[in-house]
Amino acid sequence: MNWSQLFASSIGKKITMALTGLFLIIFLLVHCYVNANVFFSNPEENFNRAAHFMGTNLLIRVTEIGLFLGFILHIVQGYKLELQNRSKRSVKYAVSSGNVTSKWYSRSMALLGTLILLFLIVHLIHFWVPSRFGGLTEVEYDGKTYHNLYGQMQDVFAQSWVVVLYLIGCFSLSWHLLHGIQSAAQTFGWAHKNYMPVIKNVGAAFAIIIPLIFALMPICLHFGLSLDAGSLTLLF
Amino acid sequence: MQHYTMNLTLKVWRQRNNKDAGRFESYPVNNISSEMSFLEMIDVLNEKLITDGGDPIAFDHDCREGICGMCSMVINGRPHGPWEETTTCQLHMRAFKDGDMITIEPFRANAFPVVKDLAVNRGAFDRIIQSGGFISVNTGNAVDGNSLPIDKDMADEAFAAAACIGCGACVAACKNASAMLFLSAKVSHLSLLPQGKPEKKQRVVNMIAQMDKEGFGSCTNTYACEAECPKGISVVNIARLNREYLGASLSGD
Repeated sequence: MNWSQLFASSIGKKITMALTGLFLIIFLLVHCYVNANVFFSNPEENFNRAAHFMGTNLLIRVTEIGLFLGFILHIVQGYKLELQNRSKRSVKYAVSSGNVTSKWYSRSMALLGTLILLFLIVHLIHFWVPSRFGGLTEVEYDGKTYHNLYGQMQDVFAQSWVVVLYLIGCFSLSWHLLHGIQSAAQTFGWAHKNYMPVIKNVGAAFAIIIPLIFALMPICLHFGLSLDAGSLTLLF
Repeated sequence: MQHYTMNLTLKVWRQRNNKDAGRFESYPVNNISSEMSFLEMIDVLNEKLITDGGDPIAFDHDCREGICGMCSMVINGRPHGPWEETTTCQLHMRAFKDGDMITIEPFRANAFPVVKDLAVNRGAFDRIIQSGGFISVNTGNAVDGNSLPIDKDMADEAFAAAACIGCGACVAACKNASAMLFLSAKVSHLSLLPQGKPEKKQRVVNMIAQMDKEGFGSCTNTYACEAECPKGISVVNIARLNREYLGASLSGD
């Protein structure tokens, strides 16, 4: 049996979902870390410098291509699997067992994924497109010009509907991760009775904490709240 | 528990054959004892249907002891009904109360075509077993059992997996009509034991290939299968199946 047969099989397709999913989780972690600058002192300069590093570092730019590929693979494979799986029961049940035997978010990964995708498109239009193709104001620190991405955040999050949309995105992400992380572990076959509970608990904590930090960003910027978490800065 | 009798309305899926579209029909059943099994309750209805010159409801059953895996049925949306770790034949009418309406459907999956009414063809499971769910034993004398030491924990785990009766409730419960819990039980109970080790790799590869060919969906880890399994097969077996499949694929020929 060769590798192309592996990835064409039902388990192989799940492995693709799990691998790309874990890769995207690493991206979330980095993204969250960089953006957390907005919570610390001197947010404008620190965030803009960090964003500048992320936008100009060669290694990160190359990784960005991999990130886009990871997203596309995860999305396309996810939809293909959903369609295939839906086709396996032509006559539906008249009565559903509902939430008695499984969690609603475990059954709704495609729906949650679609909400995240819609959020992602809006999010890219808000920040990624202007930072790549122009449309941002510029600021100067120590005689060097930077994109004022922080100013863009303030402008975008001034609109209430955008904040609501981002919160929907964060909630969807949280439910998606709550199923996704433990599901990926199961797909890789990690089921040891000692470390599986650790994976499940750490995964659940990640699924709640990371989207919560993301959700705080539009809220804080919209209401002009400063968490000012002290002099510690996450500078690049 | 106090004995009582009840009057019920059954909404039963009737389908003449595999080509028929099928529809629900309602039947009142009266004076049902709380001590009857669910299948006995249907026997009572069928006797009445036959006496009245009607067509009795077709359903699968054999041992009526909860060990053969023949009885099926989805009762109020639950394969084998509302009780945990119970087959339909061991479900008793005390699970219901007077005046209840009970919806009875066949196990629904394209891989389990309806034969008639509530009876479905689960031959796909037989073909999966034929593709690798066995050990090849050369003829000769049976060896002494004690010459092959087996770790107690392994033996227990293999035995727990071997409790699978192949009823197909996992497929019926799964939103994707996936057969992964069944397959994982069969793969686990053989590969955990020394007798199953020599064919471990080709077994898992061949059985998954057959499962995909039969038109079952893929596993999305909702674990509805584990919740509905009448024998309490654990989804830890699915993790083992995934692990073995990945291992066999990466290291196999």
